[in-house]
Amino acid sequence: MTELTNLTVAQIRDGHRAGDFSAVEVAEAFSANVAGAKALNAFIVETPELALAAAKAADADRAAGTLKALSGVPIGMKDLFATNGVQTTAASHMLEGFVPRYESTVSQKLWDAGAGMLGKLNLDQFAMGSSNETSYFGNVLSPWKRNDGGNAALAPGGSSGGSSSAIAARLCPAATGTDTGGSIRQPAAFTGISGIKPTYGRCSRWGIVAFASSLDQAGPMARTVQDCAIMLENMAGFDPKDATSLNLPVPDWEAALSSDLKGKTVGIPKEYRLEGIDPDIDAMWDAGIAMLKDAGAAVVEISLPHTKYALPAYYIIAPAEASSNLARYDGVRYGLRDLPDGAGLQDMYAATRADGFGPEVKRRIMIGTYVLSAGFYDAYYTQAQKVRTLIARDFEAAFGACDVILAPTAPSAAFGLGEKMADPLAMYLNDVFAVPASLAGLPAMSVPAALNREGLPLGLQIIGKAFDEQGVLNAGLAIEERAGFTARAEKWW
Amino acid sequence: MTIDQATVRKIASLARIAISDAEAAAMEGELNAILGWVEQLGEVDVTGVEPMTAVIPNTLRLRDDVVDADPLTGGGRRDDVLANAPAAMHGFFGVPKVIE
Repeated sequence: MTELTNLTVAQIRDGHRAGDFSAVEVAEAFSANVAGAKALNAFIVETPELALAAAKAADADRAAGTLKALSGVPIGMKDLFATNGVQTTAASHMLEGFVPRYESTVSQKLWDAGAGMLGKLNLDQFAMGSSNETSYFGNVLSPWKRNDGGNAALAPGGSSGGSSSAIAARLCPAATGTDTGGSIRQPAAFTGISGIKPTYGRCSRWGIVAFASSLDQAGPMARTVQDCAIMLENMAGFDPKDATSLNLPVPDWEAALSSDLKGKTVGIPKEYRLEGIDPDIDAMWDAGIAMLKDAGAAVVEISLPHTKYALPAYYIIAPAEASSNLARYDGVRYGLRDLPDGAGLQDMYAATRADGFGPEVKRRIMIGTYVLSAGFYDAYYTQAQKVRTLIARDFEAAFGACDVILAPTAPSAAFGLGEKMADPLAMYLNDVFAVPASLAGLPAMSVPAALNREGLPLGLQIIGKAFDEQGVLNAGLAIEERAGFTARAEKWW
Repeated sequence: MTIDQATVRKIASLARIAISDAEAAAMEGELNAILGWVEQLGEVDVTGVEPMTAVIPNTLRLRDDVVDADPLTGGGRRDDVLANAPAAMHGFFGVPKVIE
């Protein structure tokens, strides 16, 4: 029999249903991999006992004939989702030791569907970062290495880098991620896995530690497009507790999966052809275009004229919302408190926040505070919100001519840890292809498509119309079937 | 717009984050680099463009006007609310003395 930890979510679900193995065997196999992979630092908290309890329940459900959609499937949970009774930190010192007395809607849905939790996955602190180097609990390492013999430690992407690393290293078959400006798609691309950010509002944000509320959206990460569809079906859905939650039925995405793209048109945004970009990225993109044509799609060039302004707009809007959201960490109600001798309330706030936030979080709070401050609000924030309208209109116009858009997920393969930390702007630029879809609230997915000349995975991104996750998944499946991406990191951890 | 260290300290104070002189000096350069870069947004002609308020058109829902309508977000959960407070006392959040 194949090793259980090599199975996909669909294979685990179906194999468990058919009685090929027990859920307990699956949970134990993954928990053993988690325990043996400390070198990756993908988990902040391990919960093998919770995975086992869910597995026992799944085995009992099978015996009773009451199987659920994810019975027998253990998963990893990004440590941005509040989990009842299990420490939830957002990878910050500020929330170290915080044990919620409630469960996020998305995680509750997954448990209700029968999934079990292997642990809480590391991430960039408060989901701010593109490399997993801002976690208070240390860097996450990618399981991948360059083939140059240099053995450099590589970034698993961010902010969902614990999720991407853990899936690529077979520590879990699937995990939750969140995407504010590419935090699901870029780490998926860096580690050779798939991930989808659904339409804004598909997944409830209730119980997810907030970064930038108008952008944050949860989504699944897994090794196949089908697994992403299965996971998303069990994460999405209306939630009265989130005012931005979409009151729409959740389609049966898995059942409707089809890689036949006849009659579909794929748009190629000319503004994404960046000058001086890695030739391996452009070559993968061209190969992707050929794959979608092979699947029956027509291909047209489209224009997204305000692309250049997406990143600067994002780096006003996201920090502005973050500065407001993170005001709640004041040392009073939960989390860290620093009370210097003789300090008053204001000193306590300032000391607590100085100690509890890492440098990147402080930088973004400061930027956000500045752009929202009196005298600068219109020049920065209102201007950025207007540019955001124009970016959304660009997509609307483009979707008059095409059904989905194909582009690279990131402008490079995984970079080395430390390579970009000294220059925040260079780090921000890594999300250049991911951010526009976030600003427009559109569903977008990354699928592994090739290895570069260093032997590292590269991802293709598919961006769809609002609410058209199916179109995105189908185009992703067409690429997955044709790219035949089976490479995996050689085990060194 | 260039910001100096005095402005950095002003922003830090508005953000309720204590910073040292060395941090203020380092942040001066970083914030100027980032703000200098975002200023390219000024090039965009936004005449007649409304600022985006909701990315996906959605109508604001109102909760039923019922006390404690939701067992999770309604009342009656004092112990849960205080469970993670650094200094809960007598059923309240404790803070340093505010009134002299």
